[in-house]
Amino acid sequence: MNNRSRDLALNSLALAALAAFLYWAHTSFDGYKIQILNLIAVNAILALSLNLIYGFTGMFSLGHAGFMALGAYTSAILILPSAQKQMMWIIEPLIWPLSVMNAPFFVAVLAGGLVAAFFALLIAIPVLRLGGDYLGIATLGFSEIIRVVLTNLNFITNGALGIKGIPSYANLWWNYGWLLLTTFFIVRLINSNFGNVLKAIRDDEIAAKNMGINTFFYRVLSFTIGAFFAGVGGALLGSLVTTIDPMMFRFVLTFNILMITVTGGLGSISGSIIGSVVITVLLEWLRIVESPMTIGSFAIPGIPGMRMVIFSLALILIILFRREGIMGMRELSWDMLFSRGSRARNHDEEGEDRR
Amino acid sequence: MTSAPILKLENLTMRFGGLAAVSELSIDVPRGAIVGLIGPNGAGKTTVFNMVTGFYRPTHGRVVFDGDDITGLQPHIICRSGISRTFQNIRLFSHETVLENVMIGCHVRRRSKWWSAPLGLPSFKEEEERIRRKSLDLLESVGLAEYAGETSSSLPYGAQRRLEIARALATDPKFLLLDEPAAGMNPQESQDLMAFIRGVQKRFGLTILLIEHDMKVVMGVCEYIWVLDYGVKIAEGNPEAIQSNQKVIVAYLGEEYVKYAES
Repeated sequence: MNNRSRDLALNSLALAALAAFLYWAHTSFDGYKIQILNLIAVNAILALSLNLIYGFTGMFSLGHAGFMALGAYTSAILILPSAQKQMMWIIEPLIWPLSVMNAPFFVAVLAGGLVAAFFALLIAIPVLRLGGDYLGIATLGFSEIIRVVLTNLNFITNGALGIKGIPSYANLWWNYGWLLLTTFFIVRLINSNFGNVLKAIRDDEIAAKNMGINTFFYRVLSFTIGAFFAGVGGALLGSLVTTIDPMMFRFVLTFNILMITVTGGLGSISGSIIGSVVITVLLEWLRIVESPMTIGSFAIPGIPGMRMVIFSLALILIILFRREGIMGMRELSWDMLFSRGSRARNHDEEGEDRR
Repeated sequence: MTSAPILKLENLTMRFGGLAAVSELSIDVPRGAIVGLIGPNGAGKTTVFNMVTGFYRPTHGRVVFDGDDITGLQPHIICRSGISRTFQNIRLFSHETVLENVMIGCHVRRRSKWWSAPLGLPSFKEEEERIRRKSLDLLESVGLAEYAGETSSSLPYGAQRRLEIARALATDPKFLLLDEPAAGMNPQESQDLMAFIRGVQKRFGLTILLIEHDMKVVMGVCEYIWVLDYGVKIAEGNPEAIQSNQKVIVAYLGEEYVKYAES
């Protein structure tokens, strides 16, 4: 009981520290750094949602880009002013109810999540009967289908031209607000006995069935909740970069999220958040290697794509030497921080306020 | 054996292609007893368990539990109706703690829905607390309370067996199936296990059906025994009758050996 009130106090403190940091960043960081902070939050939401599906329930899903696309398009259409919609859809005009529909940003993001969740539910029923690699292939196929359909539904999505000039509502407060909401939701679920049930399905589905768990129901549930937050992440990303088109939601996007989740640790919530900080920052920081440089008497011209080479090497090293990722299945908690002393305290506050 | 049987198998048959793993098996399991199902390797014992718990759909025949026909129902529905089991090769949730393993067993009786967890409704919190207490009590009763926070795969073998039974008990079963509970145990551990099984049966008022190769355990705890050989029931009776049954001796030792021993 004492511990619980201590944790509550510390969580509030960490939240306040995060808010103060964001406020400070908001006023004194340049646009580039703020964009990176925003990307960290969005990537964390996406990594958490994939972790729920893959890390906690053990379903190897490669459909994240598809769910993100659904969320991004839904919310973009809802927040674009009607006048702008009339101008932009030049191949075919946007069909009627959508052309005049408008919603506040929060509702639009929520709607993006719900649309993604709805489609997840539709495909979950046939696809989740598969397991392992087959599920991965089926969800990957689904994600590609979404992309192709979006390219061809000119009267809804403006086809290959995409949607430009999406109002950039997704600032630090919205992104980190949604990240907190996502984390809160998933932590509450995972720390309850329902979370134990999901992990039971991951560990041994036969034994789980034998314990009276309707494994199909809980697999569908986890998949749908994960897709909901993927849709939310997609909606925020759309508003963050202000331009979306079908090519943005290729497999590479899913791969990036998967990389964050695996690097952070499958089955660790704090791992996903730490992973998104590390990978997002690293991806930006590694741009150095793409610029021309001189080492001693050697002059190396800038090689575009070089950072992905280094990144792939890093990934191979992770797989070879630390397969469980940064956190493994553990969580960063106040108990752990106190027993570890000051060493772990150096982690940035994004990771600390989770439990 | 006066009251109605808790489990009735009627002409239960399971064919895999051309092989009849179990054929025309009829068994009445009396309520509140500890009974055994024995037979040489490959006799079809585990197949019977798999049919009762819903993992196999019988080719024909019926499984009647407590008066209800449960033939071919899904495993989780059969569990809800009051049948629980353990596995020949232990199947714990290896990444979860000992306590969480038992809590997962409690899930089948829970009332609150999943969405009450993120909302943190009072009824949900109450139920979580109740599940935790019930699981701790169960661990206490099987002597594993001190390991509650350990990862289940780190337990010693015998303790893993007991944990699997505790997890099965968490589903509030009326009928418990134990698949080779004494497998891999030394004589001392088997002795303890027999006392443990009797204790569990009394304390929870269960009916227990066990598959076992260790004859000391079978003859020691079972009140009634069925013997399977090549999927066919070849004998049934109390331990004494089974021990002196010619067919059973032949099934276990082979006809040649029996003739040799008699001459």
